[in-house]
Amino acid sequence: MTWFKRKDKNIQTDQRKEMPEGVWVKVPKTGETVHRRELEDNLWVDPLSGYHFRIGSDEYFSFLFDKGEFEEIGQDIVPTDPLEFEDRKKYSDRLDEYQEKTGKTDAVRVGIGKMNDLDVVITCMDFNFIGGSMGSVVGERIGMAIDHARKNEKPLIIISQSGGARMMESVLSLMQMAKTSAKLAQLEESGVPYISLMTNPTTGGVTASFAMLGDFNIAEPEALIGFAGPRVIRQTIGRDLPEGFQRSEYLLDHGFLDFITPRPQIKGKLTKLIKILLHKYEE
Amino acid sequence: MQYLDFEQPIADLEKKIKELSELSVADDEVLSPEIKRLEKRVDELRESIFTNLTRWQRVQLARHPERPYTLDYIYKITENFVEIHGDRYHSDDKAIVGGFATIDGQSVVIMGHQKGRDTESRQYRRFGMANPEGYRKAHRLMKLGEKFDIPVITLLDTPGAYPGLEAEERGQAEAIAKNLKMMATLKVPIITVVIGEGASGGAIGIGMGNEVYMMENTWYSVISPESCSSILWKTWDYKEQAAAVLKLTAEDLEGMDIIDGIIKEPLGGAHRGPDQAAKAVKEQILESLKRLKKKSSEKLVESRIDKYANMGEFKKVSNNK
Repeated sequence: MTWFKRKDKNIQTDQRKEMPEGVWVKVPKTGETVHRRELEDNLWVDPLSGYHFRIGSDEYFSFLFDKGEFEEIGQDIVPTDPLEFEDRKKYSDRLDEYQEKTGKTDAVRVGIGKMNDLDVVITCMDFNFIGGSMGSVVGERIGMAIDHARKNEKPLIIISQSGGARMMESVLSLMQMAKTSAKLAQLEESGVPYISLMTNPTTGGVTASFAMLGDFNIAEPEALIGFAGPRVIRQTIGRDLPEGFQRSEYLLDHGFLDFITPRPQIKGKLTKLIKILLHKYEE
Repeated sequence: MQYLDFEQPIADLEKKIKELSELSVADDEVLSPEIKRLEKRVDELRESIFTNLTRWQRVQLARHPERPYTLDYIYKITENFVEIHGDRYHSDDKAIVGGFATIDGQSVVIMGHQKGRDTESRQYRRFGMANPEGYRKAHRLMKLGEKFDIPVITLLDTPGAYPGLEAEERGQAEAIAKNLKMMATLKVPIITVVIGEGASGGAIGIGMGNEVYMMENTWYSVISPESCSSILWKTWDYKEQAAAVLKLTAEDLEGMDIIDGIIKEPLGGAHRGPDQAAKAVKEQILESLKRLKKKSSEKLVESRIDKYANMGEFKKVSNNK
């Protein structure tokens, strides 16, 4: 019966404290502490337990691009509040607040540069910007990244981390699913490879559009990946979810991922795959 | 006929009219004028209530249990309907129905989310919430439409894709994503009509039309007002406010250029005159078919991709901020 035993960590969708401050860092999975330097050297993966702390575009770009160098596009596209949305807070205030807090203008960035000497376009979401939610800016920037990859025949990598569509843009954010998928349909015809890397968490409208549409769908270990969130599913079916449900390993087992790679090996593995696809080993 | 809370004044008056009618004999000099007066009053009241609906009231109308559903429209507006079943991988989803038919003699593929009318059929139809098999059946149908050069009509009426364990296990997100990408490049016209609820990925998963219409009393949004309330207000109690801020009505979406037009419903909602509602839907479909069938397949694909690529609201600033 342990199969359906309640595991509280299973129903949490938000580990608020990613990349904590301080010299000693507690690993949520084990409760042990580890030195910050050791984590940084290992790309924020606990060397002992393999626990992957969530990192953002700054960190991914710094180790995926050679010498951390890249050109950024899409920064001239910034969010507005088209619906004048207000819940307990105004969306416009929320945007200001997150821009202030994160130093980012929205929840995705597009970098163009070299990865082990290969020209690539890397798009990376930032979960710490309104839960990595997809609104008009995310859709437009991803569209720009896809267009750039297509026109310049550079392989595209999109790193997802998102709670889904951005409610504060209502139907406009829903339409970003259609928009990004339509752009990927165009990319498909050009024969340029697209690799979707899913990290913890990738859910909702992001999973149900570009994240699941890679030529290759890959993930970091133990990432939560799904359409509906675990809490909603638990409410719907009225029972607890099996251990490991909606985690990377579960998706791999059910045929929705090509492989799972620990973060420190991602760059090497992506390079190898892309070099095969581009016939680089034949040169 | 079931009345919604805001229709209570109408219900009260209609009840009174019914009582008086039962008392009165033919040509009753006292009661007849009174009944006439009340009937006029009901008409006025209905007119005033239904021309000033709040967004939440539209949501309520979209969910009215007597509202026509997909199969009602299919039977009313098509001839020769042949339903097809199954995704060829796992099973036949009951929350999405579809098949081949003719409309005024023109071959079409027609499909939509299907809800049930009583407790048993509601469960059978999973309340109009599709599993991956439903989206994969829709995928099959659309590709068959393309193969035989037959336009596709999709009717949206879902509270969302089904958030169940098996749905996740069998790739709900993958099924929807794949449909979006496929619809983008489908070589035949796609015409989409929101006939009830258009909730989130579950709706757009079969809804990437070249032209998209909403019936007057329907809603289309990234999330239901209830779920929005529970996430942003941390309680279910703000659904009316959530509906207001989500700007989810046909009028709202037309204002945002997300849809191509609004299909008028009979006063009081589609359920007050299902034949009239179906006629309006049919007229719109015929008009769209006439326009879209003139376009080449290249043009259809190109204009569909452009349509969705242009959606979104943002600012463009100079890079040196």
